[in-house]
Amino acid sequence: MDVLERIKQQVESNPIIIYMKGTPQFPQCGFSSRAAAALQDCGEKFAYVNVLADPEVFENLPRFQNWPTFPQIYIDGELIGGCDITEEMHQSGDLRKMVKEAAKKWPTEDTSEA
Amino acid sequence: MSRKTDIENRIRERLKPLHLEVIDETHNHNVPENAESHFKIIVASDDFDGKMLVARHRLINELFANELASGVIHALALHTMTPEEWHAKGGEAPQSPPCLGGGKNQ
Repeated sequence: MDVLERIKQQVESNPIIIYMKGTPQFPQCGFSSRAAAALQDCGEKFAYVNVLADPEVFENLPRFQNWPTFPQIYIDGELIGGCDITEEMHQSGDLRKMVKEAAKKWPTEDTSEA
Repeated sequence: MSRKTDIENRIRERLKPLHLEVIDETHNHNVPENAESHFKIIVASDDFDGKMLVARHRLINELFANELASGVIHALALHTMTPEEWHAKGGEAPQSPPCLGGGKNQ
């Protein structure tokens, strides 16, 4: 499958997903760590892709939504932004609202790698 | 010209900012100290009025699209505000995170 098609399927089939360096448990970049922590703090399940473990996604994700850096957070298929935007929205309370709403769309209980 | 100055010049020209701070944070990261690759940018501009954060960040990212694509600039921590938001915050931006070591070449 074309990598952009694969990414599209990931963001469409996961209501909340973060593309990050490392994993939420073992983040390998300060920006990824903070964005994942903000999501975790919202208390709902979210999917993640470790871009360091998927070179094809690492190379191509920037052109998916014309966003040049990692992490990238998608809610309901929409790009929310990177670390700074996610943190800012977390502080304002908007992130929690969006995450709570999107989390209703998870099909079953199962936290896993996308 | 240092990359910091270049970044400042290009943002000034495009956004006519009320306030602009470009801070070289490269030394906090897992790269050579003189790499000039990680920056924090705090900018307040009328051009951000009515724009979502994603659109504001895109505006800045696009100014440095080539450098971000080639990896010359690795990270931009962006704090984008309208003049009103800037005044409301009392003129302060949050601290950038420390590096945790993950890089492209591992």
